[in-house]
Amino acid sequence: MPQSEHELRLRERLSRLKNLPLLGGAKLSGELERLQRQIDRIQAEPTEGDIWRSVQLARHDTRPYTLDYVERLLDDWFELHGDHGLADDGAMVAGLGKLDGRTVALVGQQKGRDIQERTRRQFGMPYPEGYRKAMRVMELAGRRGFPVISLVDTPGAYPGVAAEQHGQGGAIAQSQATMCRLEVPTVACVIGEGGSGGAIAIALADRVLMQENAIYSVISPEGCAAILWRDAAQAEKAAAAFKPDAAHCLELGVIDGIVTEPPGGAHTDPDAAARLLGESLRQALDELDGVSGDELRRRRRAKFRSLGVFA
Amino acid sequence: MAKIDVSIETNDRPAPAPKHPNTCPSCHSHYRDDELEGLLWVCGQCGHHFPMRSRARIASLADEGSFVEEASELHSTDPLGFFDLRPYTERIAEAEMSTGLADAILIGRAAIDGRRCELAVMDFAFMGGSMGSVVGEKFSRACDSAVEGGVPLVAVTSSGGARMQEGILSLMQMPKTVCAVEDLKDGGQPLVVVMAHPTTAGVLASFASLGDVSLAEPGALIAFTGPRVVEQTTREKLPDDFGLAEQNLRFGHLDAIVPRPELRSTLARLLRLFDAPE
Repeated sequence: MPQSEHELRLRERLSRLKNLPLLGGAKLSGELERLQRQIDRIQAEPTEGDIWRSVQLARHDTRPYTLDYVERLLDDWFELHGDHGLADDGAMVAGLGKLDGRTVALVGQQKGRDIQERTRRQFGMPYPEGYRKAMRVMELAGRRGFPVISLVDTPGAYPGVAAEQHGQGGAIAQSQATMCRLEVPTVACVIGEGGSGGAIAIALADRVLMQENAIYSVISPEGCAAILWRDAAQAEKAAAAFKPDAAHCLELGVIDGIVTEPPGGAHTDPDAAARLLGESLRQALDELDGVSGDELRRRRRAKFRSLGVFA
Repeated sequence: MAKIDVSIETNDRPAPAPKHPNTCPSCHSHYRDDELEGLLWVCGQCGHHFPMRSRARIASLADEGSFVEEASELHSTDPLGFFDLRPYTERIAEAEMSTGLADAILIGRAAIDGRRCELAVMDFAFMGGSMGSVVGEKFSRACDSAVEGGVPLVAVTSSGGARMQEGILSLMQMPKTVCAVEDLKDGGQPLVVVMAHPTTAGVLASFASLGDVSLAEPGALIAFTGPRVVEQTTREKLPDDFGLAEQNLRFGHLDAIVPRPELRSTLARLLRLFDAPE
């Protein structure tokens, strides 16, 4: 890329970042330093090494998962289980709770800490039943006027025989369609791995955020490397090519804001990570407050329908 | 229990020697080009459905001269500067040359047996029918065009999924097309989906699964995750008809399996029932 074009892109990205309402809010709350750090980091084009570091942090063993944030952010959490049809999918949690005294619905994928829990939760890879559970809770929220928060953290939807037989593709499509129809404010945040269709199923939201070290991608770096380089060991190169990091997702207009993490990553201080996430979620919901349901839905569809680059 | 490996393993085995494209992979009957064309690319011996190109598909479904193509000017660009073993731009150029198409989908107005409709037909020959920004945009425009014209949308899908070379933007074509289908339905028009071999991954997990009527061709692979990846990641034993149209029908994911020679009359019947008179 010629130097001038590169500079232009950087400047454009920077001005967009500065105009972001979320970051504006951060400035107001006196966290200029944090903003500056974020801008500094984003101003520099992420290197192959930076991108790979995000991939590793996004998958870190001790990274906070959905329920770690639920515990720290929501009061009076009431988890709802099962799709009321076939099964209760441990890879997807859904429920109601209070955020600043206001009832919200929360859905999100959940990985496990130890081997038993990982197995029970399929490493955060939901079955169609998981998406159907999320859908019924989102529909309830839509009916009752509760905002919907979704926390995305999955390597992808579960790739198994039963998952196919139960309609994995259809469930992911229906879940997106459900979010597309909602007339309540919706905020999604990728808190770890935003893996492909399994992630987008619960990420068709009015505001889409990403934690600083989260990744959001169409395929895992290993999968991409296996298909395009015919060698799964080329994952680092693949990740650099398809750019799953937050800065690039923001640049491409796929996300609306980046949620900063404690220095060193969310796992180094889960309480601080939760506080930062909570602030961003509140700001996003505040911005959407007072917009009519009809208008929310119209804007949401217009936003997603504008995504893509062609000539 | 062993940790589930979600990566796709390296496959170093050499691909089997390519068979002639006119040789039936299931019964080995061989056809001349004009014979296959006359048979709508369906094996006369065993009924195997060969891949069908998008222009031929439109010619077989639409009344002669009725198809008016839309958005033919849209072309893919390379938003990520993507380079794997070869640059993405080179892959696009090569696909354009070999298929004579601008991208993996054709859309436009048409009539089937005198009933007007909007057609969106995918072409697997263009980079595996993968959905990038152009496919997403053209399908979405087909939804709008159907609403404007007050006609149903008939979509024929054939795709390996998202176009990886467009990175996260290709993933975003899933919510984009889902939103377009919701706009179509809010506009009062139905979506009829015909799934041809293969309809998988990102296309299946977005607009292809949202048909008011879902049809499929016999033997088409219709799966979010294909059999090879399922086998490699979960080590499960796969049923013989794993992911095929027949299994999908049995599990309630399809309304009907329609052999290609009956597709035009089937769509005509549906369009008459949806009542879109010329």
